[in-house]
Amino acid sequence: MSNSYTSDILKPFKLKTKQQELLIRVSILCLVYILAFITRLFSVLRYESMIHEFDPYFNYRTTLYLTQHGFYDFWNWFDYESWYPLGRIVGGTLYPGLMVTAALIYRLLHFLRFAVHIREVCVLTAPFFASNTTLVAYFFGKEIWDSGAGLVAAILIAVCPGYISRSVAGSYDNEGVAIFALLFTFYLFVKAVNTGSLAWGLASAFGYFYMVSAWGGYVFIINLIPLYVLVLLITGRYSMRLYVAYNCLYILGMLLAMQIRFVGFQHVQSGEHMAAMGVFFLMQVFYFLDWVKHMLSDTKLFQEFLRITVTCAVAVGGIALGVGMASGYISPWTGRFYSLLDPTYAKDHIPIIASVSEHQPTAWSSFMFDFHILLFLFPAGLYFCFKRLSDATIFIVMYGLTSMYFAGVMVRLILVATPAVCLISAIAVSATVKNLTVLLRSKTKVAQIGSTKGTSSAKASSKASLDQSQPFQKNGAMALLFGAFYLLSRYATHCTWVTSEAYSSPSIVLAARGAHGNRVIFDDYREAYFWLRQNTPLDAKVMSWWDYGYQITAMGNRTVIVDNNTWNNTHIATVGRAMSSYEDEAYEIIRSLDVDYVLVVFGGVTGYSSDDINKFLWMVRIGGGVFPVIKEPDYLVNGEYRVDKGAAPKMLNCLMYKLSYYRFGEMMTEYGKPPGYDRARGVEIGNKDIKLEHLEEAFTTSNWIVRIYKVKPPNNRW
Amino acid sequence: MEAPIRAREALGFILFSLLFSICRSSSLNHLLISNAERRIDLSSHIVKVFLTLKVENAGSTPTSEVLLSFPPTQADHLATVEALVTKGKRKKTTLVRLDVKPTELPDAPNDAKYFTIYLANPLKSGESTTIEVLYLLTHSQEPFPAEIAQSESQLVYYRDSALILSPYHIKQQATFIKTPSTKVESFTRVEPSNRAGTEIKYGPYEDHPPYSFSPILIHFENNSPFAVVEELVREVEISHWGNLQVTEQYTLVHAGARHKGVFSRVDYQSRPTLNGASSLRYLLARLPPRVHSVYYRDEIGNISSSHLRTDSRKSELEIEPRYPLFGGWKATFVIGYGLPLQDFLFETSDDRRYLNFTFGCPLLETVVDKLTVKVVLPEGSKDPSAVVPFPVEQHLETKYSYLDVVGRTVVVMEKKNLVPAHNSHFQVYYTFKPIFMLAEPLMLASAFFLFFVACVAYLHIDLSIRK
Repeated sequence: MSNSYTSDILKPFKLKTKQQELLIRVSILCLVYILAFITRLFSVLRYESMIHEFDPYFNYRTTLYLTQHGFYDFWNWFDYESWYPLGRIVGGTLYPGLMVTAALIYRLLHFLRFAVHIREVCVLTAPFFASNTTLVAYFFGKEIWDSGAGLVAAILIAVCPGYISRSVAGSYDNEGVAIFALLFTFYLFVKAVNTGSLAWGLASAFGYFYMVSAWGGYVFIINLIPLYVLVLLITGRYSMRLYVAYNCLYILGMLLAMQIRFVGFQHVQSGEHMAAMGVFFLMQVFYFLDWVKHMLSDTKLFQEFLRITVTCAVAVGGIALGVGMASGYISPWTGRFYSLLDPTYAKDHIPIIASVSEHQPTAWSSFMFDFHILLFLFPAGLYFCFKRLSDATIFIVMYGLTSMYFAGVMVRLILVATPAVCLISAIAVSATVKNLTVLLRSKTKVAQIGSTKGTSSAKASSKASLDQSQPFQKNGAMALLFGAFYLLSRYATHCTWVTSEAYSSPSIVLAARGAHGNRVIFDDYREAYFWLRQNTPLDAKVMSWWDYGYQITAMGNRTVIVDNNTWNNTHIATVGRAMSSYEDEAYEIIRSLDVDYVLVVFGGVTGYSSDDINKFLWMVRIGGGVFPVIKEPDYLVNGEYRVDKGAAPKMLNCLMYKLSYYRFGEMMTEYGKPPGYDRARGVEIGNKDIKLEHLEEAFTTSNWIVRIYKVKPPNNRW
Repeated sequence: MEAPIRAREALGFILFSLLFSICRSSSLNHLLISNAERRIDLSSHIVKVFLTLKVENAGSTPTSEVLLSFPPTQADHLATVEALVTKGKRKKTTLVRLDVKPTELPDAPNDAKYFTIYLANPLKSGESTTIEVLYLLTHSQEPFPAEIAQSESQLVYYRDSALILSPYHIKQQATFIKTPSTKVESFTRVEPSNRAGTEIKYGPYEDHPPYSFSPILIHFENNSPFAVVEELVREVEISHWGNLQVTEQYTLVHAGARHKGVFSRVDYQSRPTLNGASSLRYLLARLPPRVHSVYYRDEIGNISSSHLRTDSRKSELEIEPRYPLFGGWKATFVIGYGLPLQDFLFETSDDRRYLNFTFGCPLLETVVDKLTVKVVLPEGSKDPSAVVPFPVEQHLETKYSYLDVVGRTVVVMEKKNLVPAHNSHFQVYYTFKPIFMLAEPLMLASAFFLFFVACVAYLHIDLSIRK
């Protein structure tokens, strides 16, 4: 009695099935949105709200400049604190999307009277955009498959380690917003192709503009989309919708992209962008032919016309390209682009690209680490895509396959492949689960009601009839369903574990376990940078290997010779040469560069292995690439790199060795080992009696990780 | 060799000041000091001087004003002057603080600066009283040599007078100077003077006329770090929701002998007492009890080397700068903490509220060159007024913090040259209506309400052009 009474009361509040579905969908999306954000906060909780790694420090510094001086000063900023004495035109050599985004968020928050510091905005920009990416993934999934696949894609991408690696809190880098922009552009383009609507085409052009402003990876879009269009043309899927979408994206996107100073006229001048232009003209030819075909009723005449036009078009295109290349109007492909197509190219020709660990070819283990079960779901998803081929699925298949190839070439490009892998895997999961549940539900329905409406009834009845022949099908489906959920839960735990263990360390602050299991913090980098900031003259020039350039300018606020924007190879090679020469030769170079302080990173006391001695061979190689005086074999003994007594004499006396090990021979690092025992390399050093003539120790951090030397003025002649 | 020259100079000065004193003595009510004892403590970089004066009224009219005089060089570095007088007989003695005010005299010899002590009861003719004076000097020890290497210890000069500078005739006086260690390079001899252990004694000297002066120079070892905060901005933000947030921005410098040449970590780690003896390794901040959410950071992030010890009466925060500070090295950092509001905010009988908080810098043994205290009152508070036990510069500002519409009133107080003795309480009075506390939650609630209304409206309105 009372039961029916309450149900009467609740009746107006009772939701229809459709509303229930919407409610569940929206709440799942909200939860995923929050999850994507908070799973990236490990580093903030473990350490503090700080900027990570190397490049983000530059981005942070420029954002700070942008908020303090305004957009026009930022746009015209000539930074004389880096690349001394050359300087750097910052406004014209960066992708401003990230900084402008962060500055806008900062302005908005301040307008709403949230007195946050710009650093907090920068730290949380990447997680915020990761959350937005999950939403885009949902809509993209919905567009190419159905809303179920969209939801699964949102969940998968929210926690996928391949994406988290570049979007944890504090990883304030271009990729943080660029993956969002990339996926958003693709989504809008696919939407435009599906609808043929000018509005969506326009939106995709603006998405592309945002992507261009945010990251150099926009080249991937401007090559993938023409490739996709070409495939559609070849497979005979040319349509008016495609024509509208592509032309709108290309023309508007190109014009908008030219507004970014760093990109400039590359869309019409660089070889990397020519494919898009070629496809654009091809499209016009197609349209023209279509029109002619419509006008001409005679097929034979049309065939003839087709042959002439195609030959002419190809010839004109070829001649234009040839003339462009020959006259130098169209620049050839850059080394970075070559190294993407040919993984061995960088190793032979551009050591500076090869020296970066994230530019190495990807190992299988890191695929497994970053994708986990998605690696197996990906082929399954491809199967489903091929089974239900449409314009949208062709796009996702092409995106998946090309980006997977690039992910294999370079570790850091796993990031680009992640959204595609997540989407395709989501299709696999969603389709499988849907099939299995349909199987389970249909049988009960058949037993209870006997028949259901719509398309599912046909399926259900066919499944029901199948059941007679396969009695274990229901149990099998159940088992498979459980298996799928088990795998997905393993995926979730794996992702959380990877995020917390591998991707949430700021790499500025190093943490280790002490003898009693307590956490020991090595804060040496900031100790040294802050020392530089406070206790050296304002115009002091610091020479270090380029890895630390951005950090020194951002945290130490001092001028550097080279930094992570490796635009001038000769300059870097000069520093490499100074580091690998004998002290007096190096002193000449140092004097000529007007250097006041030399900074080296040394891990011998703490066992920190990514220090300058371990990077030294790259300095030799890069230095030797420009100055043939420096020869790599001089530093090796029988092809082996050593620092102990058996090391090469040149090695034992070069500047880098001396600066790293100066007075290290007196130091007891480990109990039971001789003094001067290098814990990073596990050997006793070969040269313990190091005398410095032209430099003097200015500062060494408490764990010796950073050592700073002052360059003495030249001796008086008498 | 140096001493005779100095003595001659001193003699000249005495003669010079004698001339002046003769002209002036008539106007000074015929007070005289029958006995004066001065103890100068040089053990840290803040010079503490305890002066015991037995003042006698030799004139005919009662007077309640006693003058103290300082040479101009000392007056610039004078942080605080306090005068106390003992009251009561024998066992029941209590110390009573007397008013001390800087005074300008029209014809001060050699730009001497004056402070007037106002006695509680006028001193009648023939009576005498004993006044205890304590004054602190900052930046009064000059490092010499001005630059030292890491392994050298820090030597400093201290300049003063063997005779107490006073506008009155002093019958008998003695000065005791305490040095931080037994290592004294040299000191000016003004007989009778002698040194025993860490103490140098000048005097007793008999019958010196007003404005007697005899410069002395002491060169001694002082390895205590010269921690000087060049600028300190303390911001105290009141939230009527129960929290008092304090943010302190420091610019710390080691003002001792400048470090020159190499800094060797090997030496510093293996022989810390010999190498970098005068370096500043850590600082101790004494914070109020029940302190919470303490942080210690600088422009580039958190500094992990600090320890907080709390008990029911006080909290101690031990902070280490990122690197040891040698002479001339700088460090800037921020300390912030929250405090329960009920410990510091009170209500007066006429419905005004007042904040009662300490003024100075919580770091021990630290000189602050310039201190700015900002009290951020909650939004909507009116008629602020500050009561500070010593003269400060004051003005008002407006600050915008979270969800502020009209901004918060900030009472700004500035003072130069502070020592830990300035850590006394000050009060800021203001009126505040509790209804203002609800403004921000209501604003947030209405913003969310509008958002939901907008969502509902969007879902129910069909905006498409086509039908």
